[in-house]
Order: sequence, then structure tokens, then C-alpha cells
Amino acid sequence: MAHFDENVRPFSNEWLNERLAIDKLKCVLSTEYWIPKNINFLWAMGMVLAATFALLLISGIFLLMYYQPTTELAFDSVNYTIMSEVQYGWLWRHIHGVGASVVFLIIYIHMFTGIYYGSYKRGREIIWLSGMLLFVLFSAEAFSGYMLPWGQMSYWAGMVITNLFSGGSLHANALVEWIRGDYVPGQAFLSRFFMLHVLLVPLAIIGVIVLHFGALRIPHVNNQDGEIFDFDESAELYKAGKIKESKVIPFKPVFLSKDIFVIGVYFILFFYLVFYHFEFAMDPVNFDPADSLKTPTHIYPEWYFLWSYEVLRPFSTDTGLVAFGFAQVIFFLLPFLDRSPNVAPASRRGLFKYWFWALLIDMIMLTFMGKLPPEGIWSTIGFVAASIFIALWVAFPIITATEKKL
Amino acid sequence: MANNNKDRRDFMGMALGGFTALGGVGALYAMKCTWDVLPSVKTAGFTTLNMKDYKENELVVEKWRGKPIFVLKQSPEMVEKLKKEKPDDLKRLIKVGNGYYTVCIGLCTHLGCIPGFRPETSDFLCACHGGQYDVTAQVTKAPPPRGLDVPPFKIEGEKLVLGEEGPEYKKMLEDGITIQA
Ligand code: FES
Repeated sequence: MAHFDENVRPFSNEWLNERLAIDKLKCVLSTEYWIPKNINFLWAMGMVLAATFALLLISGIFLLMYYQPTTELAFDSVNYTIMSEVQYGWLWRHIHGVGASVVFLIIYIHMFTGIYYGSYKRGREIIWLSGMLLFVLFSAEAFSGYMLPWGQMSYWAGMVITNLFSGGSLHANALVEWIRGDYVPGQAFLSRFFMLHVLLVPLAIIGVIVLHFGALRIPHVNNQDGEIFDFDESAELYKAGKIKESKVIPFKPVFLSKDIFVIGVYFILFFYLVFYHFEFAMDPVNFDPADSLKTPTHIYPEWYFLWSYEVLRPFSTDTGLVAFGFAQVIFFLLPFLDRSPNVAPASRRGLFKYWFWALLIDMIMLTFMGKLPPEGIWSTIGFVAASIFIALWVAFPIITATEKKL
Repeated sequence: MANNNKDRRDFMGMALGGFTALGGVGALYAMKCTWDVLPSVKTAGFTTLNMKDYKENELVVEKWRGKPIFVLKQSPEMVEKLKKEKPDDLKRLIKVGNGYYTVCIGLCTHLGCIPGFRPETSDFLCACHGGQYDVTAQVTKAPPPRGLDVPPFKIEGEKLVLGEEGPEYKKMLEDGITIQA
């Protein structure tokens, strides 16, 4: 039996230590969690994401109290009850709507930071994989949430996206009906997506966030130079008071102060959007109630799915589906396709530098084309951009294999 | 003795593994079935159309299984014209009594938008990505990969029951005129 001091006061530090080892926990999680000095504000995006996720969770709980998940009531419960009856209901909705949109912007920044600095490589593969898994889960979360107000875009996006599961020429209509629980998006569809949105997917997200953080603890966070050094040695220096010579700082309180500063700036922008420009996250078409006998003239997804939608669109159905599937999984393979030995910023890596910027620009291009109606010159540009996207990934292993060791 | 013990543990491990796998498969099966389409939704999936009600060259949109159904009665002139110009498309029409009808699911086979009927040109245009269909709902301009699908139907006198598969519908499937919707 472990040693328990009889004289210690309940809930004092000592008392908790004997039962929960809180001092040790603090060391592991914060005061002796070492962060390299040499990282810039882009590394704060992880914490920004965590903060945004917290906002989504809290605002979601308040929306949940008045939302009605039935096809008759859903639209009004959002657009009337929450927006005009519930006091400050609009606030939760705007936080939720803006958060859902902005979270993807931050995810993309986070992702491309990782790609730029090679943070997905050697030893950090699980961080990358769990991060990509989070991206997929957030996509599922966003899509299922988009269904809930049961507006025209909700309905038709639900129709189009679930139709993708028929697999083009495979005509797997039975599968599509199984997913929907009906022949078209209806009550069964709404209820199950409601369940996914408020329970199953968030639960999975929280689990994978824990994994993502855990995967970071051992290989440690990368730095701006991709420099490899001995964290333990550096930590000893820091603890011995040689802060200047040491290459690391403790997460709490030193690094956290920087994180919190970035989060502070971010929140100013975030709440500026919430209060003054929430409409960018709300599609006007979704203010018409769902109508199964009328399609909106132009169906498109939210901005963060446009690039992958545009990879699908310019091809014939089957080719398009294959290309779409390719776009969904290819990022997962990044650490294994990269054949170069270097962990360094793209700017020092030879051809990879051009590859990185080409990919980024191409994806922005795809995003714009995905929003425009697929006519004339736009569909040509979309086709070219989609082909470039695929070509870039095919060229990737070759480009990185030619890279010389730095 | 030690060996003996190991054998026992192995056996327990395998037994536990086996039962867990069995239970897992059972649970997955139950989950799959729970997610299935409800019987009440399935039984409600029939619609009867009275074909005498339709007028020539006037598109009527009905509803079957929540999907829009286009019904268009063809004029005798149109039927003659099709016989001459597009005899293959004629097979897409359903003959009830003396009338010929275009009956199809009004969801574009590309990505599922609802195409609009243009009486002036007697064709359908899907505004989403510019797909076009002729008067029998056969595709004439990509991206849609095929004509609009014909819902399963059964002819009962002057009536058409959607959701049941009559011999005429099965023939259409065999001929590759439509796919199982
Ligand atoms: S959905 Fe009809 S052309 Fe694309």
C-alpha cells in the first residue's frame, strides 16, 4: 500500500498529490513539456483550433436547447425561435456559424504550415495522420451540421452528397437509400444526421484530439529550421538556469503566453465577424425552407469544400468520382510519398519549394472555380486546375527523390 | 507445470477472442439493421397515377417516394415524329390505353438537380451544369451520363402504379432503356 499521510488536510496539494499525482501531471502536461524556442506564430494555430472548437461546443449546446430535429419544425426553430424569440439566440447561432467556417480556414493554415516546414516527416507521421483524420471528422461534422436548418441548400446538398455514394456507374442506389433511411432526404435522414452532429462525430473528434496531442509529446514539435536536437539535454540546461543557451522553453507559462497572445488577436477578428459580418458564413439559399420539388439553380458546397468539389466536377461521372476519392485520401499519404531525407522549410528544399506553392495556388484556383457556374472558360480553367492537382501529386515522389541531403 | 499453465491461458484467450468476434459481428449486424429503411417508409413507397387526367404537351410533376416524377403526355404528331427520327427513343415511352407518356424521375442523372421543361423546344434543360434531354427524357447533351431514369411501374388499365415492377418495366430494364431506380 502506498504511503498516505494521516495528518494532511483534505484537498490540500499534498493530499491531492498522494491520490492523483497532480504535481507530476503538471510537469508532464505543462511545466516540463518542452517547446523549441525557434517557432513562429503559425505554430499557435493548434491552440487557436482548440479554442475555436471550444466555442463551437459551447454555442452548440445552447442551440441544442431550442433546435427541433423534425422536418416540419427544424427550419422555424432555427430561423424563428432561435433567431428572434430566444434572448441572445442569434449570438450562439452566429458564433456557431462563423466558427464552423473559420475553423476550416485555420485547419488549412495549420495543415499548410505542417507541409511547408516538413512537420509531417520522420517520427511525426502519426501526428500528420491523426491530423488528417481530424480534418475528415471536421468535414463530417460540418456537413451533418449544414443539414440541420433544413433549408434549400441543406436539402439539396444532402441529396447531391449522398448520391455520390451510388458510385457512378455502380448504381448502388440501395446503399444511398440505406444511408438516408428513406428514398430521399427526409425525417430519418434528418434525425440520424442530427445524432451524428451532436453526439457521435464530436465524441470521435475529442478522442482524436487527445491522440493528436499525445502523438506530439514524444517526437516533440518541429521548429522553423527543422533542426534536430536533444530535448532532454536542452531541458537540463533550462532547468539549470541557462535559459539563453537552452533551445527550449516550457509550454507553461512561457510558450503559453505567446499562444494566448495569438488567440487574443484571433478572437478580436473572430468576434468582429460574429457581430458585423456573420453573413459570409450563411448561404442566402438556405433561408428558403427545403423543397423537394424545386432545385436551387446553382448548387455548390461551402467554401472549404469547393476545391475537392471542383476536382470532381469537370470530369465525367466515374472519372470524377475517382478523382474526388483521390483528392480525399492523397493528403494522408504525404509522409510516405515524400522521399527526401530533409526536414526543412520548403524555401531550402529545392524543387519542393515550387511544388508547395504550385499546390497552394492550384487549390485556391480550384476553390474559385468551384464557386463559379461551370460554363465556358470557367469549366476549362476548372478542368486544367483539377488535372494539375492530380499531376502535382503524381510528380511529388519524383520531385522529392531528386532532392539532395542538406 | 508452467507449460500446462500457458496452454490453459492460450485456450482462454482463444475462447474469449472467439466469443468477442461473434458478439462483435452480431452487434454490427444489429447496428446495420437499425440503420435500415423503416418498413413504414417502404410500404408508403407507392403512388397511383390516373393517366386519363393528363393533357398533351403539358408537363405535370407528381411525387413518388419524395422524388419529383415528370409525366408528359405526347401528342400523336410527336409520336409520329419520333417514329421517323428517333425510333429508339420511342421505347422510352410508356403506352397506357391509346396514349404515349414520358414518365421519369425528374432528377438529373448527373448530380440530381431538377431539370426544367421547355415547351417551346419540347425538351428539358438542367440549369445546374447545362445538361439537356429530349422530349422522351433521353440525354442529348452531357454532363448527364444517361437519360432520366424511369421509375418502376405497373400498368393497371388506365392507371399506372409507381413502385411496382410490371412486365413492361422489366422489359425496359432488359433493353437497357433505364436502370433500376
Ligand atoms: S445536375 Fe444536371 S447537369 Fe449537373
